[in-house]
Amino acid sequence: MTRPKSEAEYLASLVPPSFAATQLGRRTLFKGAVGGAAALSVPALLAACSSSGTPAATGGGAGSTAASKGTVSFGSYQSDATPKKALAAEIADFQTTTGNTVKLNTVDHNTFQENINNYLQGNPDDVFTWFAGYRMRFFAAQGLTGDISDVWTKLTGFTDGFKSSATGDDGKQYLVPVDYYPWALFYRKSVWAAHGYTVPTTMDQLIALSKQMQKDGLIPIAFADKDGWPAMGTFDILNMRINGYQFHIDLMAGKKVWNGPEVKKVFDTWTSLLPYHQTESLGRTWQEAAQTLQQKKAGMYLLGLFVAQQFTAAEQSDIDFFTFPAIDPSIGSDALDAPIDGMMMRNKPKNEAGAKALLTYLGSVQAEKINLANDPGNLFPNSGLDTSSYTALQKKAAELVGSAKNIAQFLDRDTRPDFASTVMIPQLQAFIKDPTKVSSILDSIESQKKSIFTS
Amino acid sequence: MSQDYPLVAAQTMIHAPAEELKLRRRGRGRRGLHGADRIVVLLMVAIPTFLVLALVWFPAVSTVLLSFTSWNGIGGLGTIKWVGTTNYVNVFTNYPPFTPAIEHNLLWLVCLFVLATPLGMFLAVLLDKEIKGSRIYQTALYMPVVLSLALVGFIWQLFYSYDQGLLNAVLGTHIDWYGDSNVNIWAVLVASSWRQVGYVMLLYLAGLKGVDPTLREAAAVDGSGETSTFFRIIFPVMRPINVIVFVITVIESLRAFDLVWVVNKGRNGLELISALVTQNIVGEASRIGFGSALATIMLVIALVFITIYLATVLREEK
Repeated sequence: MTRPKSEAEYLASLVPPSFAATQLGRRTLFKGAVGGAAALSVPALLAACSSSGTPAATGGGAGSTAASKGTVSFGSYQSDATPKKALAAEIADFQTTTGNTVKLNTVDHNTFQENINNYLQGNPDDVFTWFAGYRMRFFAAQGLTGDISDVWTKLTGFTDGFKSSATGDDGKQYLVPVDYYPWALFYRKSVWAAHGYTVPTTMDQLIALSKQMQKDGLIPIAFADKDGWPAMGTFDILNMRINGYQFHIDLMAGKKVWNGPEVKKVFDTWTSLLPYHQTESLGRTWQEAAQTLQQKKAGMYLLGLFVAQQFTAAEQSDIDFFTFPAIDPSIGSDALDAPIDGMMMRNKPKNEAGAKALLTYLGSVQAEKINLANDPGNLFPNSGLDTSSYTALQKKAAELVGSAKNIAQFLDRDTRPDFASTVMIPQLQAFIKDPTKVSSILDSIESQKKSIFTS
Repeated sequence: MSQDYPLVAAQTMIHAPAEELKLRRRGRGRRGLHGADRIVVLLMVAIPTFLVLALVWFPAVSTVLLSFTSWNGIGGLGTIKWVGTTNYVNVFTNYPPFTPAIEHNLLWLVCLFVLATPLGMFLAVLLDKEIKGSRIYQTALYMPVVLSLALVGFIWQLFYSYDQGLLNAVLGTHIDWYGDSNVNIWAVLVASSWRQVGYVMLLYLAGLKGVDPTLREAAAVDGSGETSTFFRIIFPVMRPINVIVFVITVIESLRAFDLVWVVNKGRNGLELISALVTQNIVGEASRIGFGSALATIMLVIALVFITIYLATVLREEK
């Protein structure tokens, strides 16, 4: 490459080739040059120029605005220290490699989720953090989020499974997956070694192991449901073991009945396991339950990989897990919950080129490498990532997900949010409170489901 | 001419142009107000009216209207679907948290009336005695009122946590204060009363300070005891304060929300109508119509108390 003629051209040369391939129409370019520097990412436009060999004159024309680089606003729910730090590192890298400026707007995780409707209908950021599953497809179908199919043409290293998790009902892509975590039964190796426990592969073995743990003075299965969602994980896995993945999807879509024999069997099985669960679960947060595991008071805990957050760095290597054993041999144990988190773009972003550049970057191996270095509690979806620096736990989790035939998102990510939060949470808590009322609880779920799904 | 303007200084009259004076006189003749005054009065009526209409009546009427619709809050008003009374039918027949929510709101009201208010009154009487360190007690008791209920919820969480809370650790008990649906409403009511007591105390303390001391002296001269003086003389004299406390207690119990929301988002034994409204409308659920039906029911309950209050006040004025 020859010596750059202007600062703008120099900046353009810094843009990585993967991103420089961005195809931008002349119209966009014109808008960028005229419409002002603040709104559109100038380096991005320049990158487009340089790659398509546009004469320097055009580049020079836009070059006058290069001093104020494009700003992308980014709404993030990553308010916890570890993921927040990881994201900040990624953004810093994005800014230095592309010259864009990212205006990060971090909101408390729960608040962000609760306000999502107003947020998306108000003045959302160009790029924002969200989830795969029904929750993504719903907003895509409402036209609140932007089609990023062209970003997907540039993304490499994603399996079809991840691509379909990012695809809306209309067949277009709306999400860039950035991390995921499987749900499994976690335990401490040292505790199990001390008692000589082995991983159960059938339901009978799981119950026998639980009984043995009770004899040994341990709580077999740590459990908490104060916040309402952790019990959904238990329901999901039992449902997928007893009725299979497809039934789970159909049930979540409202196509199957809740008070039929299939779901009844799930709750009956759950009832038979409840004596081995930690009691007083409705007043306990998942963090407190995880600490009973961490303090070696409990033998196992069914939760997502993020349970590792409650262990010190030195204890990380002591954590191990196994997937929930098969209940029905004909169904096996090759389905599990492994929710995917991702990034989405608002509909009509202020800086579309910049937003798409950021999304492309966030899905890149480079970004995931930084993420991995900062956050051991997740798995990263890009297969191009060198996973040799995964901890043993991460490696095993990646293997588990890789070997799973079917991956569900989670009850509250696979079904309508109004049904999950206003019906399932209170009813699951009612079941935990008094398992003998399961019939009336299931009738009530079905009757409420009908009113919600038909509204 | 000067007879017509008794309040206007002589100099002003001289400087005022004849034309304006004529106008002023006409204005005055018809309405008794000058042009500028009329604008001021108009503004003083219009602005509050506008605010009341925009901030009270518009939302209230919209809520009632929305309660007969189905809407997920996304898209234009055209996406709102009229569903008649379906939402109300569902609230009463197909929504298990509703009945407990009504019960809990009533329990809240009763508890604040029966426990918190008398206790606050009692503390006010004690503090009014100018006992030693009165200021410190006063500050300590009023402290919770200054804290937001969300913070109060957090503070009590430290007491009530099952595994790590102070109460179970100190008492050696195994009570799931926040998780057991038979216990948690009482646990939360204690926390709520803790705050209400301070509030009521302060109001009564102010009331007691305002009571004419000669009344007490007269009672003492007539041989009335401490208790009978309070109930027969002081308490009736503090009527305005009593009315305020009554209204505040009703309002507090109807809008009780933050505390249960902090504890467990108003579920599992802590259902309150306000929490159910929030669960349905705010957040991802967005059952705007259904939530509005719940809000309308809350509005009706509030109206009952407002009517009683207004009826009492108006009857007195006559």
